[in-house]
Amino acid sequence: MAVRVRVPTPLRRFTGGKDEVPAEGASIRLVLEDLERLHPGIRERLLDDKGEIRRFVNIYLNGDDIRFLESLNSKVKDGDDISIVPAIAGGR
Amino acid sequence: MATTFQSSQRSRADASIAPSLEREVVPVARANSVLELIGNTPLLEITRLVHGKLAPGVRIFAKLEGFNPGGSVKDRAARKMIEVGLSDGSLRPGKTIIDSTSGNTGIALAMVGAAVGYPVELVMAENVSRERKKIIEAYGAKITFSDPMESSDGAILLCRKIIEREPAKYFKPDQYNNEANPLAHFETTGPEIWRQTRGQVTHFVAAMGTSGTLMGTGRYLKSVNPRVQVIGVEPDDAMHGLEGLKHMASSIVPGIYHEKELDSKIAVGTEEAYDMVYTLGHDEGVLVGQSSGAAMIAAIKVAQSIREGCVVTIFPDFGDKYLSTNLWIGWQEWHRKRSAGDR
Repeated sequence: MAVRVRVPTPLRRFTGGKDEVPAEGASIRLVLEDLERLHPGIRERLLDDKGEIRRFVNIYLNGDDIRFLESLNSKVKDGDDISIVPAIAGGR
Repeated sequence: MATTFQSSQRSRADASIAPSLEREVVPVARANSVLELIGNTPLLEITRLVHGKLAPGVRIFAKLEGFNPGGSVKDRAARKMIEVGLSDGSLRPGKTIIDSTSGNTGIALAMVGAAVGYPVELVMAENVSRERKKIIEAYGAKITFSDPMESSDGAILLCRKIIEREPAKYFKPDQYNNEANPLAHFETTGPEIWRQTRGQVTHFVAAMGTSGTLMGTGRYLKSVNPRVQVIGVEPDDAMHGLEGLKHMASSIVPGIYHEKELDSKIAVGTEEAYDMVYTLGHDEGVLVGQSSGAAMIAAIKVAQSIREGCVVTIFPDFGDKYLSTNLWIGWQEWHRKRSAGDR
């Protein structure tokens, strides 16, 4: 599945300054693995040692917070939009 | 311009120390304005959390800035920036106070604006917490929302555009570059800590956002005792969740920040700061925001590196504004582990 991932400012040092990058995978977890392959170093900013999403990271799949879907196991379709947003602006 | 302003304000600051001494000895029982209630916050000794972990001659105190009427340390800077704006004429009748902040400065500006009778307009990303929107609106301020994907940068740019359309209408305090921000702390926070510790403070530790608290307080404490160590606290990475704090290496450096005035800096991870917030609530009965968690971690590191001394840190606010935020995502797991450990 080919998706596009919107990257927040603090992570653009891993994507050569790009605010949006393509990636592939059938779930959010697999998309993040692909992102790490393409942009080494990005994964540990998003996931902790146990492979869980860090508390201060929000990931949206087509505008929905994946914590309210199936978290990292949320299924991804071709053309989906994924956004990574640091939780700095303070909740919902 | 900035230098002249700073030196003239500095001499005024010195002159204002004596009367404020009296104010603290005789607490304000009756105030004419909520602005008079800003400052003179309590200093709490942190004991249970560090029991058995420090040398016998070392103590840690936290200044609880959540006791300010607007709920945070930002009340001090907001009051001073508005005061200076009014006194130099850059804020005058017909003008609107505007800034791009969703955080405590937005709340403080909304409160101070209401108290002095000036309209306030704040630009913020649409995904800020509901509590914040409500608090700011309750003070009568107008909110303009920017794209949440653009975070604070989007709010800054939109704020600039709004000002460009009608430059004569607005007064922008600009806390990152306004010397009235550190001056507020030079005049109030610094002298308060000096008095509250009876001049015994040896280390001052504060987290850095605009760096106003650290710069102004540190400058005052060094002016009365050059041996006081001033230590800044920042997030350990550009990608962090410590709202209000800046990772200086990857940020636009505030104009009021002068790193050469610091003795050292300590980097703190977001998740350890979140855990410290849980611990402070659980062990000390103090519910604070994440910047206080970060400050506490750094204060403990400093305290553990010395054999004798009085470490003072700042808890910028209480935790009630963050209950719906990511700060609390890990609490249940932390609590479960903690309970298992206690058994």
